[in-house]
Amino acid sequence: MKPFTFIRANEARIAMHATQQNSSGKIIAGGTNLLDLMKLEIETPEQLIDINLLPMKKIEVLPDGALRIGALVRNSDLAYHPIVRKKYVVLSEALLSGASPQLRNMATVGGNLMQRTRCPYFYDTVFPCNKRVPGSGCAAMDGYNRSHAILGTSNQCIATHPSDMCVALSALDAVVRVSGLNGERTIPVVDFHLVPGESPDKETRLEKGEIITSVEIPAVAMGTKSRYLKVRDRASYEFALASAAVVLEMNGGTIQKAKIAFGGIATKPWRASQAEQALKGARLEEAAFQSAAAAALQEAKPRKFNGFKVELAKRTLIRALKITGGVA
Amino acid sequence: MNAIIGKPVGRVDGRLKVTGGARYAADFQRANLAYGYCLQSSITKGRILSIDTQAAEAVPGVLGVLTYKNAPRLKKPEQSETVQDSKVSESNLLPLQDENIYYDGQHVAVVIADTFERARDTANLVKVVYTEEKPVFEIEQAINEAIPAKQSFGRKMQVKRGEPEEAFNGAEKKSDQTYTTTVYHHNPMEPHATIAEWNGEKLTLYDATQWVQGTQKAVAKLLDIPIKNVRVISHFVGGGFGCKGFLWAHPVLAAMAAKKVGRPVKIVLSRQQMFTSNGHRGRTLQQVALGANGEGKLTSVRHLTTTQTSMVEDFAEPCGMSTRLIYASPNLEMAHKLVRLNTGTPCPTRAPGEAPGTYAMEAAMDELAYQLRIDPIQLRLLNYAEVNPHDGKQWSSKNLKECYQRGAEAIGWQERKPEPGLTKEGEFLVGYGMATATYPCNRSPASARVQIFSDGHAVAASCTQDIGTGTYTIMTQIAAEALGLPVEKVEFKLGDSDLPNAPVSGGSQTAASVGSAVQAAALEAKAKIIELAIGDKKSPLSQKTKESIEVENGRLFVKDEPGRGETYAQILARNRVPKIEAECTTKVSTRETEKGEEGEKKQDSEEDKTGGCWAASSDEEIERKPYSFHSFGAQFAKVLVDPMIGKVRVVKFASVMDIGTVLNTKMAENQIRGGIIFGLGMALMEHTVFDPVRGRIVTRDLANYHVPVNADVPPIEVQFINKPDLRVSPIGARGAGEIGITGAVAAIANAVFHATGKRIRELPITPDKLI
Repeated sequence: MKPFTFIRANEARIAMHATQQNSSGKIIAGGTNLLDLMKLEIETPEQLIDINLLPMKKIEVLPDGALRIGALVRNSDLAYHPIVRKKYVVLSEALLSGASPQLRNMATVGGNLMQRTRCPYFYDTVFPCNKRVPGSGCAAMDGYNRSHAILGTSNQCIATHPSDMCVALSALDAVVRVSGLNGERTIPVVDFHLVPGESPDKETRLEKGEIITSVEIPAVAMGTKSRYLKVRDRASYEFALASAAVVLEMNGGTIQKAKIAFGGIATKPWRASQAEQALKGARLEEAAFQSAAAAALQEAKPRKFNGFKVELAKRTLIRALKITGGVA
Repeated sequence: MNAIIGKPVGRVDGRLKVTGGARYAADFQRANLAYGYCLQSSITKGRILSIDTQAAEAVPGVLGVLTYKNAPRLKKPEQSETVQDSKVSESNLLPLQDENIYYDGQHVAVVIADTFERARDTANLVKVVYTEEKPVFEIEQAINEAIPAKQSFGRKMQVKRGEPEEAFNGAEKKSDQTYTTTVYHHNPMEPHATIAEWNGEKLTLYDATQWVQGTQKAVAKLLDIPIKNVRVISHFVGGGFGCKGFLWAHPVLAAMAAKKVGRPVKIVLSRQQMFTSNGHRGRTLQQVALGANGEGKLTSVRHLTTTQTSMVEDFAEPCGMSTRLIYASPNLEMAHKLVRLNTGTPCPTRAPGEAPGTYAMEAAMDELAYQLRIDPIQLRLLNYAEVNPHDGKQWSSKNLKECYQRGAEAIGWQERKPEPGLTKEGEFLVGYGMATATYPCNRSPASARVQIFSDGHAVAASCTQDIGTGTYTIMTQIAAEALGLPVEKVEFKLGDSDLPNAPVSGGSQTAASVGSAVQAAALEAKAKIIELAIGDKKSPLSQKTKESIEVENGRLFVKDEPGRGETYAQILARNRVPKIEAECTTKVSTRETEKGEEGEKKQDSEEDKTGGCWAASSDEEIERKPYSFHSFGAQFAKVLVDPMIGKVRVVKFASVMDIGTVLNTKMAENQIRGGIIFGLGMALMEHTVFDPVRGRIVTRDLANYHVPVNADVPPIEVQFINKPDLRVSPIGARGAGEIGITGAVAAIANAVFHATGKRIRELPITPDKLI
């Protein structure tokens, strides 16, 4: 770990200024990912700006029924919040399927949005990695890429986005509210993360000097059902091989609107719009689920060790649709 | 009869552990302590072309940098001196001695600084330039150069009886398959750690080790200093599982570093370094060919293992050892081939050989049972080995049939429908699997000292180790029982090379080996006090016979006249004796060697060192030669498989173990349960992966190397036969540390087959293999 300075921001502006001025300054909230990366010298900030004192810890219902979640709300508090458990089941399940209780008690909503890939090549500074050192190459491409992405990849990077929470937020059409010295703006979660393209080191739309202040999830329509299903190598404390967040707005036995996102198989939380199209107006039947799954994975580009993810992701989605629809 | 042995006494060191009072190697506070950080190679094969330490040495606070250029030359011991002493001293790779790189993750420098953080950061400033050659790091890349493996702890690795090939060819029923296990890492909770401190010519090492005196001897040999000049202290060890059994490089590096900077130096390996600095279980490809007649009687067993070692030393995972004796078969072949790779040297890992070996053999038996359409338990009973088929000897004690029966009841085997893939619970497929467990009963010579003090408390001591298994507790129990004292009045000391000799805490031998020595010394000390009392005119026991006296709760009394007696404290105080002491050595060895000395008294050229200890002598007189010493057990698993997403969940596990006397049910259950969880990891998730291009380990932390977490572990029911094996020792215990993993992997893998009808022959059984 490199030596660094530490400041505690008691006003948002201090944090904005600090990150604006100090190009290697990093915001720290729960620190559950950042500190690991600093110990391994993957992140080498000269300054840490602790924002835990900022008033962003509330969960509140807005007049239009949307739920506003402060950026500093801990993952466990969010997962167990009565409204989340009742109306946003997919989010509660996604959060509780991530990490371990100890980590969830520390990790924040904002930090979860900003967490970085767990690609083992990104984590080991001996290997080249375009995300860590732009232009150095990608060792995962011909390496052990069993955990890597099959969607949203580029010839520069195939690292998987690790979050479960973001997958659920993506399916819920949530919006990230960010604040900078020039004011506030909102970014839909589906647009917040970037695919690697030619610059895998650029991972989000958050600009220098901006901080995440909250996440807002729109109100859900009556009769909406939502679930999260995660498949992994062990029962807990493990990233997804494939996961699916499903939100179904039902009209009797017919799917009026399906919102689907994948985790564990893509370079960002992956909204599967083709699958959503395929399900529009469909009944809760196996055949409809099958064609949705096929549509979702049409563009999958597997590598040597992750070919199984194409089939596994399809099955994960089908099973998640069944569970959500109550036809499992 | 036993007042204390067998009782579920809580850990005597439990309070220290949960309050942070237990000092592990890295916890020792030394004045003026400096910190060493190991820099490791980042290439897999080649040479160091240049190594520039200037920038690092210029950093304020950095005390020095050790490389092969300036490190002291180590003395490579003669081959004859080194067998079983240590991994590093047997190896051609002594740390920092030359520029050759044999594998990725080899130590290339040690940065020594005033703080750990500075040492670690500065390591990045050491500039190493390599010339790289093309490495081989997977068995398949070099399989044509496989060589026959020589020996495993003195046992032959190629064995043939009868005509296995002919018998297999002529067999009515056959199963011939290859089973693959991966590379595994031990991953104890406590990383390796050493503090080295020189005081003139004397070196003290605070070290995390399973073998205090092994470290002492090996370090002394390498540094070419007298053994008596090295003292090793290891009071607490946070798990070893084999990776702390033999000396690795870092204690030697710590000693060199401490010498160089003239201060005590602490080296703690990082979790990542624990993947390249202290061994692993080698990958195995095991061909098991079974031939049987129409009823299921085995006519031929062939178990051919190909496994891997490093470029610098031979260690072959001895998969076929248990196959020699697990079932009666007139014809048998077991053989091991070894492939040299650019990886670190493998080493024993919890049940070396038996863990992967029983997986392959017991999966093959399962395949044969389905082919024969008979119950897997029935197949085992049909081929039950009434004597050891390898050497024809009687078992010292074997109750395996009862294990099968009780295990079957515990898991609900009668619910099992014979056809695979047909039983459902909702979305899940249900499967039951079983396997035989077996592990040798190893016993080695050991010594112990027992002192009874005039205040009535006693101290027992031996240079053994407690690697989390409960040695402190069971030795306290054994001493307390033999002395007639309550557990609270007895203290047990271990983990210091100044204490009486004891063997490595490996091979599940501590209970039988050290336990016997502690018991003998305690009985001897008690006898000395009894003699003092009966020769003391002022004692109420004066002139009584030794045989007529018993001790309970620290009080000696006449058996037929319990009112007549006095306490240890009273006798010692009146006679002004501050303490009575006895030291005993038990010389029994049950370890199998190539010379066939199994069960014999170890032939030692030194004079008899039992020290006239009558308990040790009577232990030695037990007839052992006609007997074979092995533990057996039965493992049963119930799994639920979600066939759609390939998810396996072990929902219940039942284990019935025949390990002789159970000294402490809590500790023993804990050991068996731990072994089974290890087996669950092997079966379903553990997997060390080498980068396919560079051969560098990519699963080098606990996020990528998956060990089971609580949510993976089902209720595990452990039962014991608990019949003393009095041919092993007067205590009758055979050891519990390793047998739990044996058979556990196969029981789960067989249950997965029963659930799904899919036979996965390549571990681990992850979701991708089942969809």
